Amino acid sequence: MLDFSILTDHFGTYLTGLGQTVYASVLALAGSFLLGTLLAVFRITPAKPLRWIGTAYVEFVRNIPLLLVVFLFFLGLPPLGVVLSPFACGTLGLTVYTAAFIAEAVRAGILSVPKGQMEAARSSGLSYGMSMRLIVLPQAVKIVIPPLNNQFINLIKNSSILSVISGFDLMFYADRIASETFVIFSTYIFAGLFYLLLTVPLSFATGWLERRLARND
Amino acid sequence: MRKRRWLAVGVAVLVITVLTLAGCGKKEENNTKGASPSSSPSASSASSGTAAGGTPTLDAIKNRGKLVVGVKFDTRLFGLKDPATGKVEGFDIDIAKGLAKELLGDESKVELKEVTSKTRIPMINNGDIDLIIATMTITEDRKKEVDFSDVYFKAGQSLLVKKGSPIQSIDDIKKGTKVIGVKGSTSVLNIAEKAPDATVLEFDNYQDAFTALKAGQGDALTTDNAILYGMASQDPNYEVVGGTFTDEPYGIAVKKGNADLVAFVNDYLKKLHDSGEYDKLYEKWIGETPIQQ
Repeated sequence: MLDFSILTDHFGTYLTGLGQTVYASVLALAGSFLLGTLLAVFRITPAKPLRWIGTAYVEFVRNIPLLLVVFLFFLGLPPLGVVLSPFACGTLGLTVYTAAFIAEAVRAGILSVPKGQMEAARSSGLSYGMSMRLIVLPQAVKIVIPPLNNQFINLIKNSSILSVISGFDLMFYADRIASETFVIFSTYIFAGLFYLLLTVPLSFATGWLERRLARND
Repeated sequence: MRKRRWLAVGVAVLVITVLTLAGCGKKEENNTKGASPSSSPSASSASSGTAAGGTPTLDAIKNRGKLVVGVKFDTRLFGLKDPATGKVEGFDIDIAKGLAKELLGDESKVELKEVTSKTRIPMINNGDIDLIIATMTITEDRKKEVDFSDVYFKAGQSLLVKKGSPIQSIDDIKKGTKVIGVKGSTSVLNIAEKAPDATVLEFDNYQDAFTALKAGQGDALTTDNAILYGMASQDPNYEVVGGTFTDEPYGIAVKKGNADLVAFVNDYLKKLHDSGEYDKLYEKWIGETPIQQ
């Protein structure tokens, strides 16, 4: 059997780590959603400079490893005189990285709203921004929920990157328990179950939201 | 109704998965606890080892024709892989080669596998390596997991700081001082005890820890002085301060019950000391002669 004494003896440690993982994930989730949506709008706006910024950001950030993005904050900023805590570096890194993927998901959602919607909104006198905000984005939301769910699940799992920079998250404490008890397998299996505790309910919640919104069609 | 049925299937799958994993866990644990009969044909009789006059572990290594040693690849002066040549060099490596020469007559008959503080005990218990020579401190906790040879290097914990740092010894570590260490090492436990006000940041290995120190993520890096000297030799802007505040006797670890291998290693270490080879080796890597005690 699994060594359940690991779970009972170190339950508090796991919970501390879980709390930190939830905290980092929630911050990064909110941040990356806002930043990602902004970038998606940049990428499809008629204003060329904004488009370039959006495209450059997405193509740069999503094509490098997450670890590098985090190191950019963790090791790259201090020489410039900015020393952020490991936790802040990890959370910022996660936000910046996930935003690139969310931008793509949201962009695809917006583009899948029929062109006629935008044209109709514009010809009834709404500005581009208003048409986007009031007509197109609300329709796009339904379409982007499943891909966003994917990104959020990835984000929660990716938050384990904090363990590399001493961010005191779930994985960090799992590493510590494993190195103190030498019981490697069970320790990480329990850590995995704690991650499932976060990701599975998230999937169910978005599934529910999806059905709920579909009702209005 | 259909929804509920799917839920039932989902739960069933989850339960089966967990049970399967639990099964795996059991198997692994059996392997890691005590002598595993399957790892080598002679290992099962190892516990009766030298007492009966046999040398089952040594025979198994001789039959295989090479000695497999777990060493650090990231620790200057002890075990460091040169990325250009791919060669691993250091004090620990020279000991490993010496043992291979003694046992198999040829110092090239040694296979070096990378270990970290985290992986070395699982690896030796899995039978992946014969010996751990990896700046490993002998502790009571570890003695429950592995057997140790005599002390082959007397180290002590110290502090590495940037030159001109206000921290000159362990007494200068105040509340809020950020001290960097390595996960799973004795040094992070020691620092938490000797300087409880310190904020301890933990990294996976010494390179990452030193990189974090250089980036200004911490005020001091703590581990054995032997490793810190290696880092200071790498970057002259950093220095070791305050002497040692612990005794860290390094030992060579073998899997529990392999008494013949421990005896062989101890014989070799004694020979090394008697012939004066040890002092030469020490000076070659550490740059000074060993302190006589």
